[in-house]
Amino acid sequence: MRALETVLLAKGYVDADALDLIVETYETKIGPRCGAQVVAKAWVDPAYKQRLLADGTSAVAELSFAGRQGEHLKVVENTDAVHNLVVCTLCSCYPWPVLGLPPVWYKSAPYRSRAVIDPRGVLADFGVTLPSDKTIRVWDSTAEIRYLVLPQRPAGTEGWSEDRLAELVTRDSMIGTGLPQSVGAGA
Amino acid sequence: MNGPQDLGGMMGFGPVRPEVDEPVFHAEWEKRALGLTLACAALGEWNLDMGRHARESLPPHIYLSVSYYEIWTRALANMLSERGMVTPDEVTAARMLVPAVATHKPKASAGQVAAALAKGSPYDRPVDRPARFKLGERITTKVMHPTTHTRLPRYARGKTGEIVSVHGAFVFPDSHAHGLGEDPQWCYGVKFMGPELWGPESDASLEVIVDCWEPYLQDRAA
Repeated sequence: MRALETVLLAKGYVDADALDLIVETYETKIGPRCGAQVVAKAWVDPAYKQRLLADGTSAVAELSFAGRQGEHLKVVENTDAVHNLVVCTLCSCYPWPVLGLPPVWYKSAPYRSRAVIDPRGVLADFGVTLPSDKTIRVWDSTAEIRYLVLPQRPAGTEGWSEDRLAELVTRDSMIGTGLPQSVGAGA
Repeated sequence: MNGPQDLGGMMGFGPVRPEVDEPVFHAEWEKRALGLTLACAALGEWNLDMGRHARESLPPHIYLSVSYYEIWTRALANMLSERGMVTPDEVTAARMLVPAVATHKPKASAGQVAAALAKGSPYDRPVDRPARFKLGERITTKVMHPTTHTRLPRYARGKTGEIVSVHGAFVFPDSHAHGLGEDPQWCYGVKFMGPELWGPESDASLEVIVDCWEPYLQDRAA
């Protein structure tokens, strides 16, 4: 890696400061806290939620989240009847502007192979068990549409502020491999 | 191509292992792999689909045994080498041995990074023909095994499902990955039920939605 970088810099193909800035952006600026803000806003603002489900790209841009690997964002809502799970079986497609870079397990063969054939088994690996009559809807990100799960708002959070609600929204709950923290467990 | 990237439905990889408080990067070189991959892509010598095809063209035994950032790095080195931009000898020597080649776009400066990442690259394109399939229509995916790049996973070939979204027309990876232009095609979300994909043993309530370009689809098989 170091050798390749050295050659690319020497040949003038890449700029050292630009490389550092790319890394810094995804290490410190763009991450799952962005998505958590989107989810919390949707929980308290029904009109925003409607816009978010109708056109995810435009609705997250209202909060200034946009860009690479989020050009075509679709938000899918968990309900009492349906639980959504997002995967990319063919590579590592993931909604960067709202979740940052994907975790290692998301890009790994165990997740990519099993999410579409045995999603309940995958959820069990995350300690999540859902009622057997609940529909599991798996979104395989095979094209340029990126998916974000809108989890269900935890009970006992009536009257909470967006900031406080956002603390309950885990990264995994926006991929579908987890649920938001319940009240008492988190905030 | 039926390469190692097409993992849906394979078995034997063991459990998913989530990591508590996972860092964004696990090593310094992973940061460089991300930065170099994005910065080199910005030179315009290849597109997103060519990049994906380079990764899935790695030998299966390598693809399945190295980390994802190493997949990126190996594919990057291959693409640079194929275009004469960086030779394998230069990587071995860790210095420049042959002159740089002219690229479609100049290197990105630090001042351009924020705007470029925030802008992204939309892949929807206008087309002057209507979508062939309608919301709610039942279709069957083609049985096809191209040796070239495709985004129709094996598990979803020759299966019958329902159109649940008409996304619009998008750059067609099967053409774009091979320098055949953007060739935009209508793209649909197609819902398949578990038993259709995996047989009667499958969870009957499982739904898998696969985004499919129109050339992957045909009228529902009788």
